[in-house]
Amino acid sequence: MTENPTAGSGGSAATTAGPAFVPEQAGPRSGAFLSVRDLKVHFPTDDGLVKSVDGLSFELERGKTLGIVGESGSGKSVTSLAIMGLHRTGNARSRPHISGEVVLDGEDLVKADADHVRTLRGRKMAMVFQDPLSAMHPYYTVGKQIVEAYLTHHDTDKKAARKRAVEMLDRVGIPEPHRRVDAYPHEFSGGMRQRAMIAMALVNNPELLIADEPTTALDVTVQAQILDLIRDLQREFGSAVIMITHDLGVVAEMADDILVMYGGRCVERGTAEKVFYEPRHPYTWGLLGSMPRIDREQTERLIPVKGSPPSLINIPSGCAFNPRCPYADVPEGGITRTRRPELTEDGSGHWSACHMAQEERTRIWTEEIAPKL
Amino acid sequence: MTKKDTAAADAPEAAAGEPLLKVTGLVKHFPINKGLLRRQVAAVKAVDGIDFDVRRGETLGVVGESGCGKSTMGRLITRLLEPTGGTVEFEGRDITHLGVAGMRPLRRDVQMIFQDPYGSLNPRHTVGTIVSAPFRLQGVEPEGGLKAEVQRLLSLVGLNPEHYNRYPHEFSGGQRQRIGIARALALKPKLVVADEPVSALDVSIQAQVVNLLDDLQEELGLTYVIIAHDLSVIRHVSDRIAVMYLGKIVELTDRTSLYESPMHPYTKALLSAVPVPDPRRRGAKSGRILLKGDVPSPISPPSGCRFHTRCWKATQICTVKEPPLASPVAGHQVACHHPENAPDQAPGDPALPGAADALAAVTP
Repeated sequence: MTENPTAGSGGSAATTAGPAFVPEQAGPRSGAFLSVRDLKVHFPTDDGLVKSVDGLSFELERGKTLGIVGESGSGKSVTSLAIMGLHRTGNARSRPHISGEVVLDGEDLVKADADHVRTLRGRKMAMVFQDPLSAMHPYYTVGKQIVEAYLTHHDTDKKAARKRAVEMLDRVGIPEPHRRVDAYPHEFSGGMRQRAMIAMALVNNPELLIADEPTTALDVTVQAQILDLIRDLQREFGSAVIMITHDLGVVAEMADDILVMYGGRCVERGTAEKVFYEPRHPYTWGLLGSMPRIDREQTERLIPVKGSPPSLINIPSGCAFNPRCPYADVPEGGITRTRRPELTEDGSGHWSACHMAQEERTRIWTEEIAPKL
Repeated sequence: MTKKDTAAADAPEAAAGEPLLKVTGLVKHFPINKGLLRRQVAAVKAVDGIDFDVRRGETLGVVGESGCGKSTMGRLITRLLEPTGGTVEFEGRDITHLGVAGMRPLRRDVQMIFQDPYGSLNPRHTVGTIVSAPFRLQGVEPEGGLKAEVQRLLSLVGLNPEHYNRYPHEFSGGQRQRIGIARALALKPKLVVADEPVSALDVSIQAQVVNLLDDLQEELGLTYVIIAHDLSVIRHVSDRIAVMYLGKIVELTDRTSLYESPMHPYTKALLSAVPVPDPRRRGAKSGRILLKGDVPSPISPPSGCRFHTRCWKATQICTVKEPPLASPVAGHQVACHHPENAPDQAPGDPALPGAADALAAVTP
């Protein structure tokens, strides 16, 4: 997780850096398998510009899992659609304005043309959606849909593709895959549909898997099965995974790194260990305090965040979290209401965006918040 | 929730602990009709014989996976559905088959909070109209006038009383859920049945509503039945908890016993499946039980113990004899032939051939 703000503006490293630096610049940057820099996704609407994602940067290595956490409307899903290039649909008036860069294995997907991104989708990167019933075509059998995904990227015959589809269904734990391959999505239960969608997403061994709330609609016992499956497959194929969820339990279980989003921006990013045990942003404290715990008896009240998430049309000035932040008046001069805090790193890969001094935040967390959780 | 216990003990009626609601052998089958004559060919056995009581001043949590019948149970005890069999007694009075008119006076005492804060409020009515509806329907004239009372209720649940004339779409999900709560509390009910009251809300808002329910219980001496699928929320809010599986209560006990020494294998599996929000516990996931497959259909539930098809402890007796809801340990009811943390009820019974496969799914 290193960030190089000076190289953030241009298309590829080669064009921004001086010619002499090309090998060095290209080296470390291709090291990060996925690198998102200053990504902005703004939707024009009749009521104004909706800044769903407003300057997001992160990096992800192969074989690692990044958990993106946030409440509804924080921009988590829009981020994933922008990475997948699925924002390009719709008419010119409602299409979002995108800027920044999404570099996947050395290629900038924001600048790439739609046809090229289509060839990457499925093979290089794939996505698992929250609701498999609306993500799968109700009119085609599950097998046909998996075969189609496979044939799009492989020059082979239908028979081999079907064999591969059966193999994948078996791999994701669907009983009797030979028979089930000819079933329609509605004939599957919720958990089986989610498995089938994972099979479809993984049929081409994608290097990047984005799972957007993959288990939110499922019961806990089925959720445990699906999370296990994603973990196993990741181990097997060495894919990078982005896990988008609002469930802190799921990220704690799955993610190596966690990115907390609020109002379209990243407020905190670090290893799972850091974010859970030394969180640096008041919003993260709020999330941890709001969460009822399964693992311990809690006699105290929950500590919720007051108010509700901001409207993305009218994001509060200064720090987007300031109207809900109990510490908004700690920094002097009302700076929290006038200036947006920069995302800064503490030297150990732990990033946070808050005006309060880091020592002050560490003190508040260890003395005031942590003992109450 | 220790403060709640003391509040209940201090209650002037000193009636805390006695059953407010008593349910015996409650059954609800939804018929499936087919053919020209719409003959009944089968039934969805949504609730299939459950017994429990709700004590005055307590919070009874009901958990289970989708399709286990927990919502149907909630609608049966509030009499939004007509039970197929069994009895429901409220304050000692049998209300099982009361008609609409017979139930009306009782509606003051039994109220419901719904899951969907969007679907449960009429979009064409103002908040004032919605929250004052119970008074109009019951012909109650509150002291100080209707408007003042509604505004008092709105501020009670943490909404701005000046928003009296606004419409539901002008509010966020959490605020809408508060409107639903204000409506439910309008007539000072004795029992509030909340069906997934927080599952549609964001984490930070969820905590606000959980705290609100907690405060209101303390302030107004309410009794809650809270139905939810989220085991963490249930642990936080409940005094006692019933676990349902395929239309049956499989375990019913107080919160501490349930979470610390669950007896039913299903409860154990359910608890072990919940992701723990603690990255340090990730490596040490001893005893996680991965149940295989899905919940069987409630149209033709398995014979004997309904969980035997997925249970790693299943033996011959489980396939033929349904275990009764018994108390191997005082105050802890469980319906199992081979409970965990308690003496085996059918020792020496030959294991089922398939049961070992389920055991293999226990990840070390």
